[in-house]
Amino acid sequence: MTVGTVKLKIDNVEVAVPEGTTILEAAKSNGIDIPTLCNLEGLSGYGGCRLCMVEIHGSPKLFAACVTPVGMGMEVITQSDKLREYRKMAIQFILSERTHICAVCVANNACELQKLANDLGVDHVMFEREWTRLPVDSTHDFLVLDRNRCILCTRCLRVCDEIEGVHTLDLKMRGKDAQVIIDLDEDWANSSSCTSCRKCAKVCPVGAIYVESVALEETKDKGIAEFVLSRRNRK
Amino acid sequence: MKLDDLQKIAEHEVDFQRAYKHRINVCCSSGCVPFGALKVLKAFQEAVREFGVEKECKVARTGCVGTCSVGPAVIIDPGDYLYQSVTPEKVREIVRDHIVLGLPVKDMLYHGEAFFKKQRRLVLRNAGKIDPSRIEDYIAMGGYSAIGKCLATMTPQGVIYEVSRSGLRGRGGAGFPTGQKWSLVARTHTTPKYIVANLDEGDPGVFANRTLAEADPHAIIEGMLIAAYAVGAEKGYIYIRAEYPLAIQTLQKAIAQAKGMSLLGDNVLETGFKFDLELRFGAGAFVAGEETAILASVEGRRAMPRPRPPYPANSGLWGKPTLIQNVETLANIPVIIQNGGEWFSKVGTAKCSGTKCFSLTGQINNPGLIEVPMGITLREVVYDIGGGMQDNRPFKAVLVGGPSGGCLPEALLDLPIDYDSLTKVGAIMGSGGIVVIDDQSCMVDTAKFFTDFCVEESCGKCVPCRAGLVKIKETFENITQGTGKLDDIAALDKAGQYIKEASLCGLGQTAPNPVLTTLRYFRDEYVEHIVEKKCRAGKCFRNLKKEEDDAQ
Repeated sequence: MTVGTVKLKIDNVEVAVPEGTTILEAAKSNGIDIPTLCNLEGLSGYGGCRLCMVEIHGSPKLFAACVTPVGMGMEVITQSDKLREYRKMAIQFILSERTHICAVCVANNACELQKLANDLGVDHVMFEREWTRLPVDSTHDFLVLDRNRCILCTRCLRVCDEIEGVHTLDLKMRGKDAQVIIDLDEDWANSSSCTSCRKCAKVCPVGAIYVESVALEETKDKGIAEFVLSRRNRK
Repeated sequence: MKLDDLQKIAEHEVDFQRAYKHRINVCCSSGCVPFGALKVLKAFQEAVREFGVEKECKVARTGCVGTCSVGPAVIIDPGDYLYQSVTPEKVREIVRDHIVLGLPVKDMLYHGEAFFKKQRRLVLRNAGKIDPSRIEDYIAMGGYSAIGKCLATMTPQGVIYEVSRSGLRGRGGAGFPTGQKWSLVARTHTTPKYIVANLDEGDPGVFANRTLAEADPHAIIEGMLIAAYAVGAEKGYIYIRAEYPLAIQTLQKAIAQAKGMSLLGDNVLETGFKFDLELRFGAGAFVAGEETAILASVEGRRAMPRPRPPYPANSGLWGKPTLIQNVETLANIPVIIQNGGEWFSKVGTAKCSGTKCFSLTGQINNPGLIEVPMGITLREVVYDIGGGMQDNRPFKAVLVGGPSGGCLPEALLDLPIDYDSLTKVGAIMGSGGIVVIDDQSCMVDTAKFFTDFCVEESCGKCVPCRAGLVKIKETFENITQGTGKLDDIAALDKAGQYIKEASLCGLGQTAPNPVLTTLRYFRDEYVEHIVEKKCRAGKCFRNLKKEEDDAQ
C-alpha cells in the first residue's frame, strides 16, 4: 500500500506530509513548534497534557495536535490569544497540582515544565497550590521516584511498556489521587520486573524520576545501552 | 427453533394468560424491593390460595411501574388498577375486595393519573407488565418478532435504512444519529465486529437503564440482535455496573433463556445468523460511561478514555470495528422494526424523534421513572408529571442531565426537551437525570456538590479535568466558607470554559456545566455569598456561624 501525501496549511504555511501524520509531527517537520509535555516521539500518543491544543479552521472545537491526524485541505492554527491563554492555564493547573519548587528540584534548568512556563510567560499561579506530601520511593539502587514532582504525563509508563517491554510502571487511584506505582504498588527495590534500564528517568520531562547523585545531563546520556543489556541478561 | 415456532409460543402464551381472569403484577425492581415488595409478592401468592382464586388469578413478579415514590406498587389487570405502598398486611383485603368481590379498594389506589397521562412508553413498553424472568411473557407481547422480521424479510441495509429513517439518536447523551453510526460500522470490511451495549450508570439519582434491564431484559437483547444483523457483528457485550445485582441476575437469566431457544448462538432462529452475547462487569466509575473508556474496561484494562479518532466504528474492541450503543437506544430498535421508521419519526419532534426516559427526582411530589416524548416542556415534566413542588415550596431550578448537566431557572421552564435546545441553554440530555430543586437549596452549594462528584470521578488522564476541577472545587470551598473574593467569579468562569473546551473526554467537557449555568442564571447568589456572606437557603457558612457562636 502506498502512502499518499496530504497537503494542509499550518499557520498559513502550506505543508505537505505523508498520510497518517499527526498535526504535531507535521508542524514539527516544518519548523513550527507546538508545546507539549506528555508527547514523545517513538511512544504512543496520549493526549493528556492538553498543551498542544490547536484550532482547525471551520470547527468550533479544539484538537490535541499530538493525536489528531492531518487531513487534506486542513487549516491549522497553532497560535492564537485563546490558545496561549489555555496553554498558560494548563501550566498553572499543573504547577498548582503538586509541589513544584524549581530551586530544590534535580531537574532545575533541565525541566520541560519549567521551560514551558518560562516560554509562555506564566508568572504566577491563579489558584491555591497544593502542599500535600506524597511518598518518595528511593529504595532502588539508583533510581528515585518522587511523586510530588510528577505531572502524570505517563511517558515513563509508556516507555517502560512499549520500548523496554516490561510494564513495571503503572498508575493507581484516579483523578487528583492518581499516582505512579512500581509493579503492584511495591517498593522499587522489590520490583521483580524492573530491568533498571533508566529509560523512565531519561524520558521524564520533570524531576519525578531521576538517577540518584547523577547530573541530569548524564542521565539523559545515551551511552547506557551496554549497562541495560547487562541488567537484562542477569538471572 | 424456527420463526414459526416463535409465533406458536406467542399464541400459546396468550391463550395461557387469557385463561386467567386477573393478573396481579407486583413491582419487584430495585426501587420497590427495599420497601418489602418480595414479601408483598409472597402475601399475594398466599392470599389467592387462601381465597381459592389461584386458578383465575395470576400473580406475577414484574419490573418497575415508574411510581417509585409510592412503592411497593401493584397493578391489577384488567383495568390497570395501580395500588400504592402495598404492605403484606393490606394484601388480604385487596384480594378479598378486588378479586373476590370485584370492588377495587379505592383508598389504596394511586391517584396520580397525571403522572402517566403525558408519558409515552416505547422503551418501557413492557415495564411492569411482564415477568422479566419469563421469556414467554416477552414473546407474548410480540417480542423477538422484530428480529424474526429482519432475518426473514429484510437485508442488513434495509434494517439500517429503517433505523435511519426513524431519526433515532443515541440515548447515551450525545445524540449521535443511530442509523449513521450503524452504517459506519457496517461499511468497514474488517472482521470480526463487535457490539457493546452500555449499561453503566454512574450518576447520582439516575436509574433508567438499570430499571429497563430489570423490567425488560429481552428488549435489550433483541435490540442487540437486530443491530448485530445490520452491522455484521457476531459477538456482543453488555457492559453493566457490578453494583446492579438484580439487573445482572435478570440479564443472565434472559441470556440463558434466549440461548436455550436458539435466539442467541450459532444459528439464530435456524437462519444461519450467528450472534453471541456476554455480560461484562464494570467496577464502578463514572468515566466508564465514555465509549472509549468502556472499550478499555471490556478489554480488561483501566477504564480510561482515549482520544478519537480512531472512532470505535473503525477501531474499537481489540482494534476491530465496534458498535457502542446505550441500552435505551437498543430497546427502541424492536419498536422501530415492528412499526417502521416513519411511524417512529412521528413520535417526538421533527429533529428529535422518539421518547426519552428520565429519572425524575428532587423536591417534587411524584418522583420516579418516566418516559416522555421528545419536545415535552420542562414545565410539563415538573408540574404535570412530577405533580409540582413538594409542600408547595417555590420552584428554584431544575438540573437536567445528571451531575454534569445544567441548572436551569424558572424562566426556562417552557423549554422543550431535546438535544439541541438543551445544549443551547448550557444543559445536556446526558444519561437522563432530572433533579428538581426548591428554594431550600443554595445554587452555589449545589454546583459545588456536583463539582465534588466530578472531581472524585475524574480518571486523571488529562490536565483540565484532573487538576482544573480540583481548583474549581477549592474556589467553591472558599466562597461557601466566607473567604471568597469577587475575582473568584471570573476565575470560575474562565476555568470552567477552559475545562469544557480542552478536556479529553465527555466527563471533563461537561463537568463544568453546573458551574457555568449557575454562574449564568444565578450569579446574584454568588455575589451575595462573596460580598454579604449570605446564603439565602442557609446551607453555607456553617463553619463561620459555628465560629461566631463559639466566640460568643
